[in-house]
Amino acid sequence: MGTVLRLAWRNLWRNRRRTWLTAGAIAFSTILLVGWVPIQFGAYDIMINATLRVFPGHAQVQRPGYQGKPKIRNAIDDAETLANSLRNGSKHFTGVAVRAQGFVLLSSGSRSYGAQIVGVEPEYEGDTSSIPGLIKEGRYLSSIDAQELVIGSALARNLKLKVGDEVTLLGGGKDGSVAAAILPVVGIFDSGSRELDRFFSEIPLHTFQDIFTMGDSAHTITIMGKSVEDQAQLLTALNDAIRDRGDVVVLGWEELVPGMKEAIQIDKVSGFIFLGILIAIVVFSILNTFLMSILERTREFGLMLALGSRPKRIAGLMMLESALLTLIGLSIGFIIGTALVYWAHVSGIQFPGAEDIMEQFNMPEMGRIYPQMKLFNFLLGPITIFVATNLAAWVPILRIRKLEPIEAMRTI
Amino acid sequence: MTGQSLPLLATLGWRNLWRHPRRTLVILFAIVLGVWFMIFSAALMIGIVEQQLQDTIFNLTGHAQIHNPKFRDDPAIEHSMPAPNQALLEVLNSRDVVQWSARVRLPAVAMSVRESRGVMLVGIDPQRERGLSFIGEPVVEGRALESISDNGIIIGRRMAEKLETRIGQRIVIMSQDRDKEVADRGFRIVGLFQAELEATETAYVFAGLATTQKLLGMGSDISEISLVTNSREGLDPLVARLSNAAPELESMSWQELEPLVVTAMEFYEAFMVYWYLIIFAAMGIGLTNTMLMSVFERTREIGLFQALGMRPRFIVGQVLMETLILLVIGITIGNLAGWLTTDVLLASGIDLSAFAQGTEQFNMASTMYLTLRPNDLLQINALVIALGLLASLYPAVKAARYVPVEAITRT
Repeated sequence: MGTVLRLAWRNLWRNRRRTWLTAGAIAFSTILLVGWVPIQFGAYDIMINATLRVFPGHAQVQRPGYQGKPKIRNAIDDAETLANSLRNGSKHFTGVAVRAQGFVLLSSGSRSYGAQIVGVEPEYEGDTSSIPGLIKEGRYLSSIDAQELVIGSALARNLKLKVGDEVTLLGGGKDGSVAAAILPVVGIFDSGSRELDRFFSEIPLHTFQDIFTMGDSAHTITIMGKSVEDQAQLLTALNDAIRDRGDVVVLGWEELVPGMKEAIQIDKVSGFIFLGILIAIVVFSILNTFLMSILERTREFGLMLALGSRPKRIAGLMMLESALLTLIGLSIGFIIGTALVYWAHVSGIQFPGAEDIMEQFNMPEMGRIYPQMKLFNFLLGPITIFVATNLAAWVPILRIRKLEPIEAMRTI
Repeated sequence: MTGQSLPLLATLGWRNLWRHPRRTLVILFAIVLGVWFMIFSAALMIGIVEQQLQDTIFNLTGHAQIHNPKFRDDPAIEHSMPAPNQALLEVLNSRDVVQWSARVRLPAVAMSVRESRGVMLVGIDPQRERGLSFIGEPVVEGRALESISDNGIIIGRRMAEKLETRIGQRIVIMSQDRDKEVADRGFRIVGLFQAELEATETAYVFAGLATTQKLLGMGSDISEISLVTNSREGLDPLVARLSNAAPELESMSWQELEPLVVTAMEFYEAFMVYWYLIIFAAMGIGLTNTMLMSVFERTREIGLFQALGMRPRFIVGQVLMETLILLVIGITIGNLAGWLTTDVLLASGIDLSAFAQGTEQFNMASTMYLTLRPNDLLQINALVIALGLLASLYPAVKAARYVPVEAITRT
């Protein structure tokens, strides 16, 4: 076997130019593929995290039916006690926060706008939502029963409100009564999401419960896990934790933001189709040099056959040659590609104009992509090329078996 | 090269190509696949962008709008504008405007017995909205508004679900009137409209223009005028004429109204060129290799040509001609395949309704239509020919540099 390997290696360097051309083509396509998949998957990470971090969280505990029809009456009794037991319950939960939600008409001196209002636990809300960290003017809510309100930047602008101004809220309480209050605005947040900035306001949970006659009930308990990948364990732990409460259900982020999973699916499928076509073009591009490196040498094969080599052995030699050739190209491409991706992983890739567009899609952080550094992502492309080129090499190799030594030696 | 020698070069190139039919077919296939892929992805990308543009325009934007200059920043009742005067009407009723309509568009709260929601109350002239915006189309359930003083209201299908109400029931609309007092009024729901995006269905409720003006005490004042024109090129002059006719108001084209759509279009167009280059690189490397091989094989022959007195530039021309023939065949088949897939096979669009919530996340309609623009085709074909010839320049020059005696004696 050692002889065959040496023969194959020397054969490669008999025609340096052709070898470098082919290896170069393979290297180039490897760079392309090594870069592609991590960027694609990196984009999903950001899309998921950015969307979930802002408000929905990785999972929520709700009353059955609340997700589809968020009615104020459909509330979890004694929500804070349940939340406290979850906080102590499992290491999987990195953030647990109780929320109550309703719809109100917010009025300033001259303006009125409809808005979503959320009662939150200021102490814990920062663990599950990025809104407390996105206050651009003033401050976040101070305590669970403070009489104050924070509001989205676009809503504040529409209502002509500044920090310190008072706002009237008017809505319906849990018992059907009219809920009304006047609260000062202490902070304005800017999340980058148009929807949240235009329709959202938050007040402390106990204040919410007083105004909307909720007692000790609330609508959701939002849970953050360690990362999106631990979702399965998170859901299991969560389901265990609420087993003795028959009146609530657990919803994962796939159910909370149903569009996102499908969006990723569409993109994944179309991404792989595009990748597949690109690979096909690359393979046909490389195929010719491969074909030639074998067809050109008909005479040499004839000689080898005449000297007593078995067709099988020549075929083995050819297989080895193409494998070596592919490996040379792959290694070069892999090294360059990985270096590029690593560089992008550290500094992020910024597409010009992408930030504006992503903001429109409610994903402001998507403007900068950090490729996902995972072994699978790196190897997927190179492996596909390796398999494809070696399959392609079979086409000419099969011809060797049909060669007649005398005739083969006569060809030029 | 003289004119006479071109046919000779073409004959040589053509014959050279078919010396190795299998090799030529392989690289031809790569070129066809590459060209087809460029066309297909351009059609897909442009289709998505164009559809977003159409949706935006049909979603109450129109090709141009006229407002009180303060209205866009702060859509409040005190920033209304008067009904169009004689000068403005003259431009609006000119030949360039296909349809125009005046609307009231103000924030309000819609309340059913059970729920309440923030909405945009739009007072429309139903006849004039036809062909101008989606609300001019037939509603999915019930009836459309019949006149500007219709007493009914039309809400979105999914809005009705959210409000837990249905056709025939009443909802209360509450907003601020001219004197900054709360104005409210019950409306009977007469129809439900359907839109591709849930956001659209829950954002707007539609009532008659005169009914809305009366409710809010606006007299004949309106919030905006929206119009569509029949020529894209004529839009800017038209907007200029509108501005001249009503200098105290703000007349804007859709490019100014929806800068994000414009940014998206520019982004995609720039992205497409990068994408073409990637695809070309994938097939170009094969093209260069193939031509190089074909030149290497013919070393002796080319040496002989030179020894017989053929000039080096004719040898370059010969290789370039061979490439050109290859490219032209590839492009012809590629274009044909591209046209077949986009305009025939997928003429009715790609149905993604199985992923409806996902397309919604991307602000996309659930059916994607491919749009083949002549300009893109031209761009792709020119790019492939130019870069393809460039890619074969190296092998061509290489061949021209052979030293005749050495080349002939080489085995």
